[in-house]
Amino acid sequence: MTDRVPVLKIGEILLVSIQIDLEDEMVLDLQEDLSQKIVSAGAKGVVIDISALEIVDSFVGRMLATIASISRMLGAETVVVGMRPAVAMTLVELGLSLQGVRTALNLERGLKLLRRLSTAHSARP
Amino acid sequence: MAPEENTQLLIETLTSHREEFLAQWGAIVGEALQGRLSVAEMRRELGELYEAILQAIAAGGLDADGEAYGETRSLLIELSRNRARQGFTPTETATSVFALKAVLEPALTGEEHGTRTYLQFAKLLDGLALLTTEAYVRTREEIIASQAEQLLELSTPVVQLWKGVVGVPLVGTLDSARTQVVMEKLLQTLVDTDSTHAIIDITGVPTVDTQVAQHLLKTVVAARMMGAQCTISGIRPQIAQTIVALGIQFGDIQTNASLADALRQAVREVAKDAEDDVRGLL
Amino acid sequence: MKDYLTGNATVESVPVASSKDVVQARQVVRNLAQRGGLSLVHQTKLVTAASELARNMVVYGGGGVVRAAEVNGPQGVGVFVEFRDDGPGIRDVEQALTDGWSSGRGMGLGLSGAQRLVNEFDIQTGPDGTTVTIVKWNR
Repeated sequence: MTDRVPVLKIGEILLVSIQIDLEDEMVLDLQEDLSQKIVSAGAKGVVIDISALEIVDSFVGRMLATIASISRMLGAETVVVGMRPAVAMTLVELGLSLQGVRTALNLERGLKLLRRLSTAHSARP
Repeated sequence: MAPEENTQLLIETLTSHREEFLAQWGAIVGEALQGRLSVAEMRRELGELYEAILQAIAAGGLDADGEAYGETRSLLIELSRNRARQGFTPTETATSVFALKAVLEPALTGEEHGTRTYLQFAKLLDGLALLTTEAYVRTREEIIASQAEQLLELSTPVVQLWKGVVGVPLVGTLDSARTQVVMEKLLQTLVDTDSTHAIIDITGVPTVDTQVAQHLLKTVVAARMMGAQCTISGIRPQIAQTIVALGIQFGDIQTNASLADALRQAVREVAKDAEDDVRGLL
Repeated sequence: MKDYLTGNATVESVPVASSKDVVQARQVVRNLAQRGGLSLVHQTKLVTAASELARNMVVYGGGGVVRAAEVNGPQGVGVFVEFRDDGPGIRDVEQALTDGWSSGRGMGLGLSGAQRLVNEFDIQTGPDGTTVTIVKWNR
């Protein structure tokens, strides 16, 4: 059995911190686990911390975009936080712009962004 | 007369007049030093070179590219490198090799068949002097490359303009190597200072071509992927015209005519975010 | 592309059959890049390209072998990586090198993206297999 990336629940937010070099199966498992947990926990936001990731290739990039789309469909906003400069420059060169994925510099800013989004959401008539 | 006899004559002459020749050679070269190199140092260099040439002639004849001249060549390259760093011109360096010709001329041309021997020796020294010029050029190129690298570091100061806002004023011509360094430094500063806004000011950039525009666009997209906003300011009228004429799409990238405008806008956005955060807590 | 592997003392070889091996291949390439003194951005670009190409081998080529080595060129040090599989080959290389074209999972950026991330890129393909070779120079 392969390892799974833990999904932590804090209030209405799910926190995923990727700490190891991911195998493709783990990436697919994470996508599955998160979709399940957004529904079961009634989450309003997802934060994915990739500050420990030394590379993000097109497979992981696609996973991030897919998770953002799935979670939006399930009523939760996803924020990807902590992307390293070298990773961002590589993704640009690779041709991946992570359209539709919200990003923040670090975990703290990611949480603030989610809070701001939910305030804006609840303020709507 | 066979070439071996020429070589033999040369070796005999060089060996028997060693002290005399070295003194003369040193005197000629010494005149040109002008205090940039100590006389003792110079005499040591010439002495080593003299021995190496003598041994090489004995071992392998008069072909400067031959195997026997390995030691001589490395000595010369070393000498030339040092001279380049000390600020000698390539002519001065080559002349110090040519000077040995003048030293040997009277001794050799006096002998029977000496002129022919002298010409062959002169040809050998020509080859060796050429080598010093080559090494000189290579050394200068290394110096230039390392200076260009230093300049790269110097010319791209990324500064924090406000809490949450960093800026980089670009001055001079942008090439891909330089843009790479700027990009890297700017993005790293965003992380280090926890800044959400970046301003790239191109007031000091004389021209923007397709490639430079591409690099700027990539920087903006990379910053966005990290969760920061990046504005390009200081777009002068001519540059705006060029960008449009080239058909470069700046898309939804924020641009400003002046750094002041860009900064004002960034500060306003930072303040608004902070306000929203407070409201979110209530 | 020039033969960088013959007589090179730094050659490392990794058999790649599953996605677990892709992780291994990435690490081998990263270690070489670090030892060669490649800058962080160059390292990241090279390892990302290696990841794309190693995954391609597993998905389309049925697995293969990754060989990597430190190399020296006129512009300094670099890292060479070869990806060799015995798969069915790529029918239309031109098309496979086009952005957005994908015959499997991924975003269709595998080959074309990897090509953009390195300095030298070569692909030889036929019914007996595919060999992709790349070099990333530290400049």
